[in-house]
Amino acid sequence: MSTGPTGITGTAPPSPVGERVQRRDAHAKVTGTAIFTADIVVPGMCHAQVVRSPYAHARLRAIRTDRARTMPGVVAVVTSEDLDDVELLYGHAVRDHPIMAVDRVRFAGEPVAAVVATDPVAAAAAAQAVEVDYEELPYVTDPMEALSDEAPVLHPIAGAMGQQRGFAEVEGPRHPNISSTSRHAFGDVAAELERADFVIEGEYEYPMVYAYAMEPYVAVARFSDRTLTVWSASQHPFLVQADLARCFGLPLSAVDVRVPYIGGGYGSKSYTKIEPLVAALALRAQRPVRLALTVEESILTVRSVPARMWIRSGFTRDGTLLAREGRFWMNGGAYAENSPRVANKATKRFAGPYRMRALDVQSWAIYTNTAPGSSYRGLGGPQGTFAGETQMDEAAERLAIDPVELRRLNLLRPGERPWPGARPFDADLHADLDIVVKRLGYGAPLPPGRGRAICLSSADAGAEPTSSAIVRLHADGSVTAMCGSAEMGQGSTTVLAQIAAAELGVSLDMVRLLNSDTSIVSYDRSTGASRTTTIMGLAIQRAAADVREQLAAWAMELHPDATVESERGGMRIDDRLVPWGEIVRGWFGAPGGEVVGRGYVRADGVTRESPLFWEVGCLGVEVSVERETGKVRVERIVTVGDVGRAIHPQLAEQQDIGGAIMGMGPALHEELRYVDQSMVNGNLWNYRVPRTTDLPEVDAVLAERADGIGPYGAKGSGEASINPIGPAIGNAVRNAVGIRLRRLPLTADRVWIALQEMVADERPSDTEDAARP
Amino acid sequence: MSSDIDLEFEVNRRPIRLDVRPNETLAAVLRNRLALTGTKVSCDAQVCGTCTVLVDGRPVSSCTFLAADARGRRVTSVEGLGDAETGHLSHVQQAFVERAAFQCGYCTPGFLVSATALLAEVPHPTREQVVEYLEGNICRCTGYEAIVSAVLDAARVGTDDGAATP
Repeated sequence: MSTGPTGITGTAPPSPVGERVQRRDAHAKVTGTAIFTADIVVPGMCHAQVVRSPYAHARLRAIRTDRARTMPGVVAVVTSEDLDDVELLYGHAVRDHPIMAVDRVRFAGEPVAAVVATDPVAAAAAAQAVEVDYEELPYVTDPMEALSDEAPVLHPIAGAMGQQRGFAEVEGPRHPNISSTSRHAFGDVAAELERADFVIEGEYEYPMVYAYAMEPYVAVARFSDRTLTVWSASQHPFLVQADLARCFGLPLSAVDVRVPYIGGGYGSKSYTKIEPLVAALALRAQRPVRLALTVEESILTVRSVPARMWIRSGFTRDGTLLAREGRFWMNGGAYAENSPRVANKATKRFAGPYRMRALDVQSWAIYTNTAPGSSYRGLGGPQGTFAGETQMDEAAERLAIDPVELRRLNLLRPGERPWPGARPFDADLHADLDIVVKRLGYGAPLPPGRGRAICLSSADAGAEPTSSAIVRLHADGSVTAMCGSAEMGQGSTTVLAQIAAAELGVSLDMVRLLNSDTSIVSYDRSTGASRTTTIMGLAIQRAAADVREQLAAWAMELHPDATVESERGGMRIDDRLVPWGEIVRGWFGAPGGEVVGRGYVRADGVTRESPLFWEVGCLGVEVSVERETGKVRVERIVTVGDVGRAIHPQLAEQQDIGGAIMGMGPALHEELRYVDQSMVNGNLWNYRVPRTTDLPEVDAVLAERADGIGPYGAKGSGEASINPIGPAIGNAVRNAVGIRLRRLPLTADRVWIALQEMVADERPSDTEDAARP
Repeated sequence: MSSDIDLEFEVNRRPIRLDVRPNETLAAVLRNRLALTGTKVSCDAQVCGTCTVLVDGRPVSSCTFLAADARGRRVTSVEGLGDAETGHLSHVQQAFVERAAFQCGYCTPGFLVSATALLAEVPHPTREQVVEYLEGNICRCTGYEAIVSAVLDAARVGTDDGAATP
C-alpha cells in the first residue's frame, strides 16, 4: 500500500468550525476576477432588448415588427404569437404569468415584444421600431380599490395553482382580483377579546420597496445538443430548471441552469424571473441570447409586496397578552409571482414571539395593474412585525407598563410551542433581550430629541426541507463537496466548506465547494428563507458521514484482522492513523479512485417538524429627530444574532448588520410610488437606498446556545434583524419627540407634519390619531 | 454613423491603442474590448459608484465617462490595484479580505478603487472622512460597517499602493 501524500502523521488538522477563516471567494472578489452572470460570453451570442408597455392595462390590438426585422444587425423579433410551441404561462404559486404579454398587458413595463440583434446597440435601435397598437382599458393600482365591485378584473380566467406555493390555500368564494387567501388561526379570538380588560386596534402600512440587488437581472440562454443551458443570477436554480422544463417541454435532465456568482439577491432573485423569456428568444433566434436589464427595468420586473394592515390585540390589566387579530391587504401586482407566499408568511410572522391564547390573521394577495410583487428579505416579516411591534409599544403606553417589560411578560420561553402543532421555540429571547437592554443603555437618560426602543420578531424560517448534497473524497485525500445552494454573498461556499472540512477532519484548503450547475450538482430546493447553513449544512454533514462509513467498510475489507476505528482525518487501523486517501487507493488497488458520499434532507427526523427553525430578531435603536426638518437619524443599533452556533462568526455578524442597515431604508426613506398608471420613482436618482453617511454605530452580538437543528446547533440568520428594525425606529421616534406614525417610511416631511400637528394640539398625539399625512 | 476615434491611453500601467465609437463608455471599453470585466455596471447613471475607476488618479464613474475622453490619460481599474505580476494585493484589497468587507462582491471593485483614491489623497483619514468619501458608493449587502473598518485598517498599514499615486 502506498503512503499518504499529505503528510498526515497521526493527527487531523483542527476543525475550522467557529473560526473566522478567510472567505473562499475573497481573492476573486477583490481582484475583479470573480465571474458574475453579467460577465458570461458564449460563442455566437446575440443581445436582446425588450419592448415594454407604457400602459398599465390595455388590449394588444396589433404588434407590427416588419420594420424592426429589416434593421441592421437584427436576428429576430419575437412576440408571444411567435411562441405557439412554448407553454407561455409560468408561476410557481399561480400559473398566471406569460413569458410575454398575450392579448393584453397588465402593468406599465410589461414585456410585449423583444428584439434579438448582433449587438446591444442594434437591438435597442430596432426595439424602437416595433410598433404596438394598444387599446387602453380601465386600470387599478390600489389594492383596496381592486377589491371593489367596479374594479377591472385582471385575470378573468384564474391561473392554475402552481406547485411551489408552499402553503394551503383558504378555499371559498373570493373577489377575482385576489390571487391568494391565507389564514392563520388558533383558539377563540372573539372569546379572548371579550374577556380582555383592554383591546387596542390600529391600521399600519409598510411601503412598496425595491431590494436593489446591485447586479440587475441578467441571463444568457442557449439551445444546443438537445439541451437548454441558461446562465442566470438565480437564488433557486432548481426551481428555474423546473419552470423551463415545463415551458419548453423538456425533461429536467435537458435543462441546465448555471449560476455564477450572484450580485446580491435579498429574495429578488428567488424563483423564476427573466429566464423563460431569454430562453424563448434563444429558441426563435437559434442563437445564444443575452438579456441584461437596466436597474429601471429590474424594478419593473419585481418589487416587494407592500402591506396595509389592520390589527388588534387584547390584554389583561396586568399586561398579559390574550389574543391578536389581523387583516392584511397586500398589493401583489399584475402577476402573483411570490406575493401569495409573502402574504402567507406575514400572517405567521406578525404576532411576534409571544404567548397567547388565540390568534386569527387573514391576508390577501391582491392583483393590481402594477409591477409584480415578490420576495424581499424577511418575506412578510418586516411588514407584519411593523404592525405587531408598533402596537406592542402603543399597548405598553396605555397600560403604563414599560414596553420592554410588557414584552418580557409575554415572551415565549424556549421549548414552548408558539401555536399548536408548531415546532417548540428554539431561542432564548429573554437572554437576548437582556443583552440588548444592557448594551443599548436602555433607560439611561437622553438629551431632548433622542429616543430608544427595542423590538423583537420571530419568523418561521427554513422553507421546505428538500435538499441533497454530494461529497467526493479523492485519492489524494482532498474533497469536492457539491450542492445546489447559490452563493449570493452570504458566504455559503465558505461555511459549507468549513462543515465538510470539519466532518472529514481535513484542512479547509483541501476542500472545494462546488455550487453552480444544475446538471452537475444535486437538487436543492432554494437558497432563501435563511435555510442554507441549517438545511444544506445537514445535507453536507450527512454526505460526509456517508463517506466515512464507506471508508470504514473499505478499511475493514482491506484489514480484516485489524482493529479499525473511524477518526477525524482518517481511519485508526490498529495504532496507526491511516489517511483517507490511502484507504481509497488501497481499496481500488490503483493510484486513483474516489468515494462518493450522499446526503439527503427531507421532512423526517430533526427536519420533520415545521417550521425548520425559528429565526428570531432582537434589536434596539437610538434615534435622533431634528425638529426643524423632521429628519430622523439612527444613531445606534444594537442587535443580537441568535444563531445557535456561528460556524463563521464574522459572516454571521455581517448578516445581522447587513439586514439591519437594509431595513433602515424602508423605515426612513424607501418607497416606490405609483401615480396614475405608472411607477414614478423607479430609478436610482429618485429612489434612495442607505449610504455610508446613514451608517449608525452598530453593535452586533452573537448569541450561541447551540439550540438549532443545523450542524453543531446552528440556525439560519440573515433575515432576523430586518424584521424588527422598522417598528424599533418608529417606536424610538415616538419616544424621542412624542409623535406616532403608523406608516413607513418615516420621511422627513411626514415626521415634520406630525410634529407641527402635535404642536398645534399642544399634546402628544395619542394612539387614536392616525397621524398620517 | 460617426466615424471611430483612434484612442491612445494607458490602462493599468500598460499602453493601449484602439478604435472606439464616439459614444462608447469607458466601462464598455474596459469590459468588452479589453476583457477587464472586474469593473461592474449597476445603476448606469453615475449614482451607485459600482463602476468607479481612476482616471489620472481621480475616481470617475466609467458608466458615463466617454472612452474618448480618456485619450492620453492613465486609467486604473480594480485589476490594476495590486501587482498583477506577483499577485500581491494592495493594502486596501488585503484589508477587504481580512475584514470580509464584501459579500456578493458586485460593488466591491468600485469601493476598492474609491478607497484607493481616498488614501492617495488623505493617507490617514478619520472615520468621518472615510464615510464622507465613500458616500457615492452603494453596497446593499454589508451595511458598510466592515468596509469603513477595512479602509481604516488599510490606512494604518500604509498607503504605498502604486496605482493610487496620481
